[in-house]
Amino acid sequence: MRLIKLSSPPGILGCSSVVGKTESQGPLSADFDMHCEDDTFGYKTWEGAESELQRRAVTLALLNAGIKETELNAVFAGDLLNQCTGSSYGLMGFNLPFFGLYGACSTFAEGLMLSALTVNAGYFKTSVNVSSSHFCSAERQFRFPLEYGGQRAPTAQRTCTAAGAMILSSGAKGPYIREVLPGKIVNKGVTDINNMGAAMAPAAIDTLKAYFYESGKKPSDFDLIITGDLGYEGFSIVNDFMKADNLDISSVYSDCGLLIYDREKQDVKSGGSGCGCSASVMCGHIYKRLMKRELNDILFIATGALMSTLRLAQGSAIPGIAHLVRISNKKED
Amino acid sequence: MNTDSKNYFKYAKNRSQKTNVCKNTFFAFIIGGAICAFAEGLYNFYMYLNIPEDTVKILVPVTLIFLTALFTGIGIFDNIAKVAGAGTLVPITGFANAMVSPAIDTKYEGSVMGIGAKMFKIAGPVIVFGTITSVLYGVIYYIVKVAG
Repeated sequence: MRLIKLSSPPGILGCSSVVGKTESQGPLSADFDMHCEDDTFGYKTWEGAESELQRRAVTLALLNAGIKETELNAVFAGDLLNQCTGSSYGLMGFNLPFFGLYGACSTFAEGLMLSALTVNAGYFKTSVNVSSSHFCSAERQFRFPLEYGGQRAPTAQRTCTAAGAMILSSGAKGPYIREVLPGKIVNKGVTDINNMGAAMAPAAIDTLKAYFYESGKKPSDFDLIITGDLGYEGFSIVNDFMKADNLDISSVYSDCGLLIYDREKQDVKSGGSGCGCSASVMCGHIYKRLMKRELNDILFIATGALMSTLRLAQGSAIPGIAHLVRISNKKED
Repeated sequence: MNTDSKNYFKYAKNRSQKTNVCKNTFFAFIIGGAICAFAEGLYNFYMYLNIPEDTVKILVPVTLIFLTALFTGIGIFDNIAKVAGAGTLVPITGFANAMVSPAIDTKYEGSVMGIGAKMFKIAGPVIVFGTITSVLYGVIYYIVKVAG
């Protein structure tokens, strides 16, 4: 069994979402807590800017939750940069036990899962998980210099300049983290760096199928099934394969990478990506809808392409991973 | 549906949205052509100023390189190249942009190992293979000349 049902589900005490300029111009703008017109966030380097994103996200989450830093027991954090420096440099000012995570774009769900498991087990009373991505620092690390003149493939995704932080506490009133299902590494041989959606989709399919088989639930039991950032390509692949396996999710299925931008107007090709994409959409848009009771029971599956430019240059394919978290307004069924 | 690697790879490749080749070729032709026409205009202009032809042949590319570096620096070049594609890549503008953009990117990583080393990240292979090709061409040219 991969599915873990939490015996005493931790509740969400507070969330925060911080986004950059392009994300502020997107359709979800009103649901984000902090919008920054200047993507440098007052820093000389893009890596510094990303760290500032994380610092602001955690600070704001504490404010929204109405607690002090000293009440937090741990932080689970991750980003896309080498050695996770976005997190370590951004959070070193906090006096907190730190777990640095790397799950590519699935990091937010990975952190949420670990945060929920440790709070559920009673090791921590309150913990925060945060993840971020920055378009400029990701371009520099994974693609080309920012001012390099090139064309993007229609299947490529835009890394979001965004961060989200979620504070879980054993005493908090809902929404609750009810179930988690850790993903397996799935490699289907996709080698196209411009089609990460196709590289990640098989992992999402694997995790979703495992969830439905093990839980005995149906897609219609949920108000929303939302994947992290598959973009248009990956979203369509997941829909196709789930339908073929008699688990049609299309009526409740959505994707953070598709929601955060307006693909027609914003020239983002296949949609958004990056750890900050699902983090900000979940902590902004989805959390607010859960609080308004527009949504009551959802499955969140963040997907990550465990890609390295070095391994790709050496001819290796891109493995994917997808972690599932069930969030519900009810503590038990 | 079959999810084994071989079939999936084919499936993903076949279903993915394709680049619009007609549109890209059209804009590459128009904008690339405009850059070349502009260079031709520059040539005539420098000749009109009574500059010797040998100097003009150097001045024209130098002007294009300068303008590309300027447009890259003020953040316009990538927006033009997004539409132009090969139209800005093939003329000397593409090479100039490939040198200047990493230099801007690495300015906080030190002037020697940052700018100095990393500015050849994209243009480096062009220099290496360009040199090799010119050596090969020289050899062929020599043989043809001797035989002729």
